[in-house]
Amino acid sequence: MYKILDKQVLSKNAKMMVVEAQLVAQKARAGQFLIVRVDEYGERIPLTIADSDAAAGSVTLIFQEVGKSTKHMGRLEIGEALTNVVGPLGVPTEIAPYGKVVVVAGGIGIAPIYPIVHSLKEAGNTIIAIIGARTKELLFWEDRIQSCSDQLIICTDDGSYGRKGFVTQALKELLESDKGIARAWAIGPAIMMKMVAETTRPYQLPTVVSLNTIMIDGTGMCGGCRVELDQGWKFACVDGPEFDGHQVHWESVLERLKYYQAEEHLSTQYWESHSCQLEPLLEETQKHEPQNDHSRQNPHGCAATTGAHPQLQ
Amino acid sequence: MAVQPPQVRILNFNEVALGYSPEEAIAEAKRCLNCPKAPCIKGCPVNVDIPGFITHIANGDFQAAADLIKQTNALPAITGRVCPQETQCEAECTLCKRCEPVAIGRLERFAADWEAATGTLSVPAPPPPTQKRVAVVGSGPAGLTVAADLARMGHQAIILEALHEPGGVLSYGIPEFRLPKTIVRREADYVRNLGVELRYDFIVGSVATVDELLNQYDAIFLGTGAGLPWFLNIPGENLGGVYSANEYLTRANLMRAYRFPEYDTPIARGKRVITIGGGNTAMDSARVALRLGAKESIIVYRRTKAEMPARIEEIEHAEQEGVQFQELTTPVAFHGTNGRVEEIECLRNELGEPDASGRRRPVFVEGSNFRIQADVMIIAIGQSPSPLISRSTPDLKVTKNGVVVAEPGSMKTSKKGVFAGGDIVTGGATVILAMGQAKIAALAIDEYLQTGSW
Ligand SMILES: Cc1cc2nc3c(=O)[nH]c(=O)nc-3n(C[C@H](O)[C@H](O)[C@H](O)COP(=O)(O)OP(=O)(O)OC[C@H]3O[C@@H](n4cnc5c(N)ncnc54)[C@H](O)[C@@H]3O)c2cc1C
Ligand SMILES: Cc1cc2nc3c(=O)[nH]c(=O)nc-3n(C[C@H](O)[C@H](O)[C@H](O)COP(=O)(O)OP(=O)(O)OC[C@H]3O[C@@H](n4cnc5c(N)ncnc54)[C@H](O)[C@@H]3O)c2cc1C
Ligand code: SF4
Ligand code: SF4
Ligand code: FES
Repeated sequence: MYKILDKQVLSKNAKMMVVEAQLVAQKARAGQFLIVRVDEYGERIPLTIADSDAAAGSVTLIFQEVGKSTKHMGRLEIGEALTNVVGPLGVPTEIAPYGKVVVVAGGIGIAPIYPIVHSLKEAGNTIIAIIGARTKELLFWEDRIQSCSDQLIICTDDGSYGRKGFVTQALKELLESDKGIARAWAIGPAIMMKMVAETTRPYQLPTVVSLNTIMIDGTGMCGGCRVELDQGWKFACVDGPEFDGHQVHWESVLERLKYYQAEEHLSTQYWESHSCQLEPLLEETQKHEPQNDHSRQNPHGCAATTGAHPQLQ
Repeated sequence: MAVQPPQVRILNFNEVALGYSPEEAIAEAKRCLNCPKAPCIKGCPVNVDIPGFITHIANGDFQAAADLIKQTNALPAITGRVCPQETQCEAECTLCKRCEPVAIGRLERFAADWEAATGTLSVPAPPPPTQKRVAVVGSGPAGLTVAADLARMGHQAIILEALHEPGGVLSYGIPEFRLPKTIVRREADYVRNLGVELRYDFIVGSVATVDELLNQYDAIFLGTGAGLPWFLNIPGENLGGVYSANEYLTRANLMRAYRFPEYDTPIARGKRVITIGGGNTAMDSARVALRLGAKESIIVYRRTKAEMPARIEEIEHAEQEGVQFQELTTPVAFHGTNGRVEEIECLRNELGEPDASGRRRPVFVEGSNFRIQADVMIIAIGQSPSPLISRSTPDLKVTKNGVVVAEPGSMKTSKKGVFAGGDIVTGGATVILAMGQAKIAALAIDEYLQTGSW
């Protein structure tokens, strides 16, 4: 069990958690992530190490509540614990003195970009940071990013704070006016990373993206996280999660992320319905109900049948 | 031995083979001739005293039988179920030549299950501690066996496991209906009761390298298996609904996706499912698909059933359950729309000259392309060791195929203090071979710990 030492609400969408994980904290480097399991019924979800404190033996996670696992995690309080925390996983960001660099983060991506910005700064780079969100309430860690960047551009889609418009517009203007930029990083929703890669492509600016593929083990054992690149496939968990954005086949990345949409929806509904309104839906669809010898109370204290077969597609 | 009838068992994930009753076990045990030279033992990689434990069963002393087996085999409820006995112990049985061999595996399973049912697991008294500490990487059959043997020699063994459950393939690969997970956990508990410490969420190569472990432990055993799945490298393989067998089975077994949404991890429930391959992994995947509600489960294999590497019993079970076999067929592409797979395109083959493995090589028939529709495709064509450890241990010798080089008599690797065994050395093999190598390693580790000489 991995104890939750601190918890904060950063924005309407983002929660922060500091979790005790001695070994991970000693080793964590920028660009790496963890696999987390909330409880015995939980799936294994990847979350970036947004910060770590070797002395305290803790790591910081920032997550957006998008589905069952992240919502469940969001309900846990200080003093409670996560059942599993594994890491650090993935290849660390290649940090070097590149000169002048630009980092672009959208929404929740501000969290994973922070350790990268921090390390790039320590390596002596000049950093232009562009961070964006749909609206002002969704921004967080402006101060942290500010503290280690030389120039900070903030964008909101609705103009409620900073510049109005997408981060890619600000990026394009920057690339037009400044030809001295050596490298770019982009972290955010897959579609935003794709747009950033398309923006930098004409300038042949090396652009690193951090792919948020669906994962299970995170150790290179299942291939579920595979990514199609120009030179063939890679496993995001062991070969990535960072890749050359110009080589990524974005259509396939976006499509793979959508594969379990129906199940994700059902999972959230099932979990939220402590009162078992889902019962009829489950019954209707269960054609092969396994006679489980280990049938036990389900975790939600409701009588919904276990092992039902929702025919989702 | 009673089994669940096929039409019933494809509707559940419960164990197919139900095991002997005490009367059946005694009757079967009485068939054993107690041969003075016991040729059966030579067929067992961990040297179980076969006539010895069978005699105890024949006398109705089931506890004595269990204790005797556990002297050399820490995981009898597992091996009794999944060992390919027909090519091991039972193949050497004297009765094999005349009629039916003694059902050694089933008796072994019976003794272990009987002991478990009594609710107590007898654990031998611990020897005086030697103060030596050994890191055992991986909790598959190899790791569990090495750790158990070291503990029984008085050494402190600490298993470091990447996943959140013990057992390796026993947990994530072999399905519940062949090997119930409660049994895997029970056998792992036995190993823990011998004094072994089990740590989960510990990935060697990331949280600590082998070199770092060498600073903290007196020796290391690598039992990390062959977990890297192979793909076909054909167009469309990245479509949603195309799984490696490892992913499909991990979702279903380790993550219990067959009980989704009670458990969080989803899995695609195809109406028609195609599995590519002819080994145990392919059989397991095709049978899981049926239990997840597939109307049709089809195995596509490039040779014929006669060349399939799967155990005969597994192929038979799959056939009884209605798995179909599409032989002499090689996939060349997957097709789909909106990112979801819909069809597999294949070529027909003919059998040509025998290849290096002695099996006749499949040869494409040009222009024979045809397509089969299916909504889930599972690729079960093999796997090799993950590069995670070798990448982070430059002086550990590995072959081109990624397997770690180890001396057969001692399981010593090219690196001082580091031993290895199981699938990481052999590539995908069997539970009992992994355990056999682990026992050799345990003896060699003990010697190394005592003498310090490499
Ligand atoms: C290397 C990596 C680092 C990540 N870091 C962060 C982070 O720091 N903060 C953060 O909020 N999110 C991060 N993510 C994404 C995060 O893992 C998913 O949001 C989370 O798994 C969703 O789970 P859920 O059950 O709450 O939602 P679900 O209902 O399962 O899914 C909601 C959406 O999340 C995506 N998703 C579902 N399952 C997974 C999965 N196993 N892995 C990835 N995406 C999935 C799907 O596209 C889906 O549309 C990261 C992903 C990767 C691969
Ligand atoms: C689907 C399937 C069905 C099979 N059926 C049979 C059968 O019926 N009979 C039979 O005899 N054999 C069968 N086999 C083969 C058998 O399961 C394997 O040969 C055996 O499990 C190998 O044991 P092992 O201990 O070497 O490795 P594994 O069982 O693979 O265990 C390795 C363990 O190491 C862990 N690990 C890996 N990397 C690291 C790391 N870096 N740090 C920490 N831990 C790590 C893994 O998580 C895993 O738990 C089957 C295999 C499969 C895939
Ligand atoms: S461990 Fe396997 S090979 Fe040995 S006696 Fe038991 S079933 Fe036979
Ligand atoms: S060879 Fe067969 S009959 Fe002889 S001792 Fe072994 S199990 Fe019994
Ligand atoms: S998550 Fe399984 S291989 Fe990457």
